[in-house]
Amino acid sequence: MINEIISMNGYGAYVWLAFLFTLISFITLYFVTKLQLSKEQKRFASKFGSLNIEKARTARSQNIIREILSNTSNI
Amino acid sequence: MFKSFEPNKIFAITSKAPKYVLLLFIVVLTIGLTEALVLSPEDYKQSDAVRIMYVHVPAAWISLGIFSSLALFSVGSFVFKNKNFSLIAKSLAPSGFVFNIIALVTGSIWGKPTWGTWWAWDARITSMLILALFYGMYLLAWRIYEDKEQVIKVTSLIAILGVVNVPIIKFSVDWWNTLHQPASINILSTNTAIHASMLIPLGIMTAAFALFSLLIFLMKYNTELIKVKNKGLDRL
Repeated sequence: MINEIISMNGYGAYVWLAFLFTLISFITLYFVTKLQLSKEQKRFASKFGSLNIEKARTARSQNIIREILSNTSNI
Repeated sequence: MFKSFEPNKIFAITSKAPKYVLLLFIVVLTIGLTEALVLSPEDYKQSDAVRIMYVHVPAAWISLGIFSSLALFSVGSFVFKNKNFSLIAKSLAPSGFVFNIIALVTGSIWGKPTWGTWWAWDARITSMLILALFYGMYLLAWRIYEDKEQVIKVTSLIAILGVVNVPIIKFSVDWWNTLHQPASINILSTNTAIHASMLIPLGIMTAAFALFSLLIFLMKYNTELIKVKNKGLDRL
């Protein structure tokens, strides 16, 4: 059974190569996108942290900034 | 008219959705892979090489769908001066490009055992390669141009020119003699050349790929919104 799945009647190399390429592309795209997102979140956190109380209060009054803050774990 | 497209309202959803979409994607992909690699039957003519269809076809469909949506949002951002549309279009492009590359590479791998060659300059394959070039130009334009107004004009132009290629890809197998087989599925009619035992895994894999593109879009869109807010913090 396992041998049949691996060899796929002699087409195994082609089938597994196609699926492997797809999987590697997915994993690469996911981690690159995740890295970019966390980089921006970190940049946001450091910028927000450097604001004085008045400016931080102004920023916090915006809904979207509250959302970003609640989704940025390291603040 | 476009109030529901305001970033403030969208971000509340897009920031929470990725984890659920990722979970759903893993479940659907696991079912799809089991169906595609183990449970679905081999083809009477192509034998097990037909299983490449389960990654090749969904990737091609989704790359075409994404480019059409990207063009629609690009035109929307240009016509209605809605900057959020351009952010949505920009966030769609990376997954569309990767799906296009997957379609080309898996098609090439499928071509070797069925046609005896890795590549042929036939109408379908060449037009898909041209689409990949348009995706590449679109992504490059966002990196090259600094000026917001200019980048929206340039990317809209690339998207409009590129979307002309989409019907050419679709009908290339009917308009020209190609090595590539004609469409086996017609969504506008019930006539399909594929048996249900192969159609179901194909549908599941397409759903998995669509979920993955949604996941990447959400993550990319959140990144773009945070970038905008970072610039906003600089101005405070």
